[in-house]
Amino acid sequence: MSNEPTPLERFIQGIIPENPTYRQMLGLCPTLAVTGNLKSAMTMAGAVLFVLFCANVIVSLIRNILKPHLRIVIFTLTIATFVTIVDRFLAAYMYSMSKALGPYIPLIIVNCIIICRCEVCASKQSVIHAGADAIGQSIGFALGLGSIAAVREILGAGSLLGFHVLPSCWPNWVIMALPPGAFFTFGLLMGTVNWFVSKKEKKQNNA
Amino acid sequence: MKNNYILQAWLVLLLAVFYGGSLAGVQLSLSPKINENKINETRQRVPALVLGKDRANEPVEIESENIAVEKNGRKVFYNVFKAVQDGKQAGWVIKTSGQGYGDKIELLLGVSPDMSIITGLFVLDQKETPGLGNRIADPAWRQQFVHKKTDKKLVVVKTGAKAPNEIDAITGATISSRSVCAIVNNTLSDLKPKLAGVN
Repeated sequence: MSNEPTPLERFIQGIIPENPTYRQMLGLCPTLAVTGNLKSAMTMAGAVLFVLFCANVIVSLIRNILKPHLRIVIFTLTIATFVTIVDRFLAAYMYSMSKALGPYIPLIIVNCIIICRCEVCASKQSVIHAGADAIGQSIGFALGLGSIAAVREILGAGSLLGFHVLPSCWPNWVIMALPPGAFFTFGLLMGTVNWFVSKKEKKQNNA
Repeated sequence: MKNNYILQAWLVLLLAVFYGGSLAGVQLSLSPKINENKINETRQRVPALVLGKDRANEPVEIESENIAVEKNGRKVFYNVFKAVQDGKQAGWVIKTSGQGYGDKIELLLGVSPDMSIITGLFVLDQKETPGLGNRIADPAWRQQFVHKKTDKKLVVVKTGAKAPNEIDAITGATISSRSVCAIVNNTLSDLKPKLAGVN
């Protein structure tokens, strides 16, 4: 057990080294679908944080009585429950946001990040590990979504979180707000991240 | 004992009961708030659906009522809003729903006081395929219904609408388009006899 990551390692790994969006390439459906503006991306990241944290903690609590061949059923059941809670909560208190995100909130149920973390971390390690892992991964996911959404909102609408940041003479690149913009931005940002990583690795190899 | 599937799944069953209970609790405590949001949204839409989008800011008095329609031996309830402007009836807004491609589609249908012309259509809730079916909520597509006469049933066509009762299908979402049309047709045929002579 000594070579398993500590809670702090789990937390840090989620943010950059194992970033769900750029390194693991998980949860790409919301990454492409709800990054048209920063506010909906952050709401999505918040929803994922809640669901991932609750699911990880519960799965970690019951990990010793989990039957291996029934584990996926239990993961899905747990995730679906918390997603439904988030969905109802948004409909009650953030109605317009709930309408804007539409089916993508219920689709968190099939978001691979969460089931991956339940499988990799929560079903094997303690509650503290699982909690730290959930928060780290969620921050990483928020960074991934936020970076794409910021680029798309600035170039597509000239604004950030609804405030104008570019001069009004900026011709809004509508394509950035449309689905192709998500692919362009995601590809370019992913390329940038990979370029930095490979540069860093080369340096380490040379040293 | 080891091969008893029910016993093996005790944790799944226990969790399912526990989760089901907590979801019922969440639903019970939040549903009044969610319904209130939906009703508010409906009321805000009434002026635009009755008067047209250019006059959406004009004040309109709204009286809401539930109308029961006997259909195939079953009672169907419609939530109907009567829009009154300057003491005169400006039109009806009917909340209606029906099965779509993905899930239930909820619509608001604006109709003239004598139920002869559609004055507006708004999609309150839908879970159609993103990018295809969910374009039923696009203003441009919904606009096709405005000014349509209600004497003939509306028909969805794929080759460009020509006749006055034809609606263009959304490319790749014929079923969603047809669902919306069917909901509109059903609602009109259910309520026309009830509402046309009221004012």
